[in-house]
Amino acid sequence: MGISDILFYVFAAMTLSCAALVIANPFSRNPVTSAMFLVLTIVSMAGLFVLLHAFFLAAVQILVYAGAVIVLFLFVIMLLDLKAEARRKIKFYGLAAGVISVGAIVAIFARNLRSTPLHALASPTAQGGTTALGLLLFRQYVLPFEVISVLLLVAMVGVILLSRKDSK
Amino acid sequence: MHAGLEQYLAVSFALFALGLLGVIMRRNLLVIYMSLELMLNAANLALVAFSRFKDNLNGQILVFFIITVAAAEVSVGLALIVALYRRRQSAHVEDLTSMKL
Repeated sequence: MGISDILFYVFAAMTLSCAALVIANPFSRNPVTSAMFLVLTIVSMAGLFVLLHAFFLAAVQILVYAGAVIVLFLFVIMLLDLKAEARRKIKFYGLAAGVISVGAIVAIFARNLRSTPLHALASPTAQGGTTALGLLLFRQYVLPFEVISVLLLVAMVGVILLSRKDSK
Repeated sequence: MHAGLEQYLAVSFALFALGLLGVIMRRNLLVIYMSLELMLNAANLALVAFSRFKDNLNGQILVFFIITVAAAEVSVGLALIVALYRRRQSAHVEDLTSMKL
């Protein structure tokens, strides 16, 4: 058991416990707390990406999620005054429905994971450095890259249109 | 235990299950959005793990596109939530029942 295995278990435990605290924190119902634990989840997932040698994606994960998406979440949380929301309780039937459906899907996952022979491809080889990904992105995937930039432009125009003061 | 593909997939499945539980259980629109982000991240982790263990970088390109689409989705969704809050003064799904019969 090498150092990377130990780091994997540390980052995996951090990811899962912080994700659990995002969806149900026993001490606080405040959305700001959820957003802060989402930052921790994202950062420890970037650690998992580094362990998988996906260095470029780890950097993008921290820049885009922790740097942009969470800041957007925090802006909106502070824009909407959510003090009344913090006091609402989780409904019992919601919890029961959630546990039943998640239990069903976890059972399907576990069954598939156990019945699939994964050992045949258990030799880690791929290196996700910036050079390799950049070559692939700008040669083979250049059309999807341009399409996704148009998508970002459409999203920007849509956001400006939606958040105007008097959109009739 | 050695950290192989199965361990990474187990973490990814657990993260997806937590996100799904949050979407079903919580009633605050913003927390539901954060749970959606958790589910997208679980898919990303599975894709990166497969890409590493199958020696195929196309999975990482797909993760790059997923991150971009998720950013666009979050910005549009949060703008919708702000517009909804202006009209209804609530970001809570139980208060948004005007389409109920």
